[in-house]
Amino acid sequence: MTVLQTARQKSWGLHLGVIALLFLLQFVLPEYHHGNFSRIMVLACFAMGYNILFGYTGMLSLGHALFFAAGLYGMGMSMHHLGWPAEAALLAGGIAGVVAAFGVGVLALRTTGVAFMIVTLMFAQAGYLTILYFGDYTRGDEGFVIAAAERIFLGFELTDPSFRYGAALILFAVMVVVTLRLVQSGFGHVLVAIRENEERTRMLGYDIQRHKLIAMVISGGMAGLAGAAYGLLFGYVGASFASVQYSIFPLLWVLLGGAGTVLGPLIGTLFMFYLIDWSSDITTAYMLIAGVALVLLTLFAPQGLAGTLRQKLVRWLP
Amino acid sequence: MTASDKMSTRPGRLASPGRRDLIRKLGATSALAAGVGVMPLVGGYHQARSAEPIRIGFQVHRTGIGAAYGRWYSRTTDAAVRKINAEGGINGRPVEIIAEDDGTDPKRGAEVVEKLATQHRCDLVFGTLFSHVVIGSSPRAGELKVPYFVVSEGHHVASGMLNRYTLQPGITDVKSQVQAMAPFVANTLGKKVTMIFPDFAFGHDHRDYFSAAIEAEGGKVVAKIAIPPTESSFTRYFPKIPRDTDVIYHVMVGPAVLTFVKELGEFFGPSRPAIFGFIDSLEAVDMASPGLEFLEGTYFWEGNPRYAQANQSAYDKAYRQAVGVDDNGASISDARDVSTYAHMFGCWETLHIIKAGMEASSYRGPADRTGLIEAVEAMTTMPHSHAHPQGDKVFNGRTHQVFGHQYISKVENSRLVLTHTTSIEDTIYPDEVDYTTQSF
Repeated sequence: MTVLQTARQKSWGLHLGVIALLFLLQFVLPEYHHGNFSRIMVLACFAMGYNILFGYTGMLSLGHALFFAAGLYGMGMSMHHLGWPAEAALLAGGIAGVVAAFGVGVLALRTTGVAFMIVTLMFAQAGYLTILYFGDYTRGDEGFVIAAAERIFLGFELTDPSFRYGAALILFAVMVVVTLRLVQSGFGHVLVAIRENEERTRMLGYDIQRHKLIAMVISGGMAGLAGAAYGLLFGYVGASFASVQYSIFPLLWVLLGGAGTVLGPLIGTLFMFYLIDWSSDITTAYMLIAGVALVLLTLFAPQGLAGTLRQKLVRWLP
Repeated sequence: MTASDKMSTRPGRLASPGRRDLIRKLGATSALAAGVGVMPLVGGYHQARSAEPIRIGFQVHRTGIGAAYGRWYSRTTDAAVRKINAEGGINGRPVEIIAEDDGTDPKRGAEVVEKLATQHRCDLVFGTLFSHVVIGSSPRAGELKVPYFVVSEGHHVASGMLNRYTLQPGITDVKSQVQAMAPFVANTLGKKVTMIFPDFAFGHDHRDYFSAAIEAEGGKVVAKIAIPPTESSFTRYFPKIPRDTDVIYHVMVGPAVLTFVKELGEFFGPSRPAIFGFIDSLEAVDMASPGLEFLEGTYFWEGNPRYAQANQSAYDKAYRQAVGVDDNGASISDARDVSTYAHMFGCWETLHIIKAGMEASSYRGPADRTGLIEAVEAMTTMPHSHAHPQGDKVFNGRTHQVFGHQYISKVENSRLVLTHTTSIEDTIYPDEVDYTTQSF
């Protein structure tokens, strides 16, 4: 058995173990934390999508709120206005994320670096204002509720905490498996090569633009699916999810957890969620605490939590 | 109460799940994964906590865009709880407020409702103002089956969008407020109205409700000028105001409102149409602020008159004193700290309705939550009193919405002077939902 095969076996073992741990946690978590973990797993899917583009391809987007919101509204409006069932609506949300990412990618990938950040930020802001502008259909800043009676997926009532946890876990598990397969594939290695040295990768004969666009579409699709799932599981669709802070959040989660690691987004989302939850009990300046934590991590663990772990202890961590 | 009883309700304590619960969760995830339609056992247990305080979860906007409102909602809530506890509490039990900041964000709002209900074990949740936070949080309240008393003035409750666990008995909604302004505007200020409003849901509500109401009074909206939410200068919109406009109706909100007023004044100069606005624009803002001179002689809707009026009721006087507001609507300890007087009475009145509802239903604990909701649904008239210092009200149990008098004030010497009080009948519209037909 080669070193590579051993590393792959270990990494599969670790990730399946984390999924199993999350499965078991639902039996011991108190009610409040049980609900929180459902949220965290879905938001971690959003961060995992972001990580494909940022962590593995090296492209810092400031516009992923657009893809999350595309999924959220793709799901919500198809249920609210077209009367689609939850299954079709979830699919519509994922497709909306893919379409939005493709459209933005075709235009934004003409730029790189800071210009790419600004262009993606502007697209996301345009998306946010579009939602407000078409308030007659979207209910603008107020948003709308997905009625409890409509939130039935494959016969399961998603208003039930246990089903909701299960649905979030299944989505998370699928995302982990997809991400792991992706980063271990030749395509994933090319993405990492682009991140490390774009020119060298081009010289080796790879079509950089095509790879970047596919990475963006996968990233946007995952974000869209996460947005659709979030709306479906928690029953609310609103423009605040398209605002700039939801472009910053996945960046923070990935930075904290470890960019370019499969489990980093989960760790970062979990850490940030509970940091805000805990610190908001102490002070209204809880974002200051979050900011200080981020600065400290950047100073002392610039690779993020999982990234530092990989650097110092677990070299095979994907 | 035993020591173990006390422990079981301590916030943040990890509760050990029961065997049924374990089976339920195991069944749920396994069945979902396998796609098998096995319904899990539905468990649940309640504990009587008759000797404990009534724990009211307060979802407060301490940070974010609603922070100014949140600060005054907190002060009003604290004052109401002091009064209620001084008068013997609720059913002989003291009231305890557990406040959590929602950042004026709907995602965090839903999490806060969950935290208050499941971690802090509150009997109910109350106090939310901003509509998007209410709409984002209400589904969780319904799922958790925790009564959710909002103080929002949004039409979302009475529109039927929400659920049986969400009620708004302490403040009137925007539809009734706007509708009640139309007779005064048409008969006193003029029949040709130009509306200037922010181009999002709050502004659209005003546009739609007022347009219909003014037409019913024989008036007409001659122009609807929607201002994009990112706009910071407004002069280029003013030439769109038709020359034959009798009245400008404005509902701009946010930090840009001072610029809006200043530029409107520069555009019109001394000769201007009548101007009518909603005080939402200027809640927590000193009417004597530089740039607001142009508002002299214009009219405002007020949910509750900010300045103590010549005919001030004894109830308003006592309420104002209890909350710590002077005759100018500012904090008694800092004259620059202007209150959100037109809205914050809703917290005071809602807490008194919760008290009345709990006493009518002999509320003892979470097992009696549905009884509390039914008791509030059964309420009809609420007399002008120390519990309802804003005025008498009529509650509609079917729509979970209260109706009451609206006030119109004129700016005179940088003070708001009450000029008209609407009837409750002016504010009533046909039911759009009957929540009492929904099961718990």
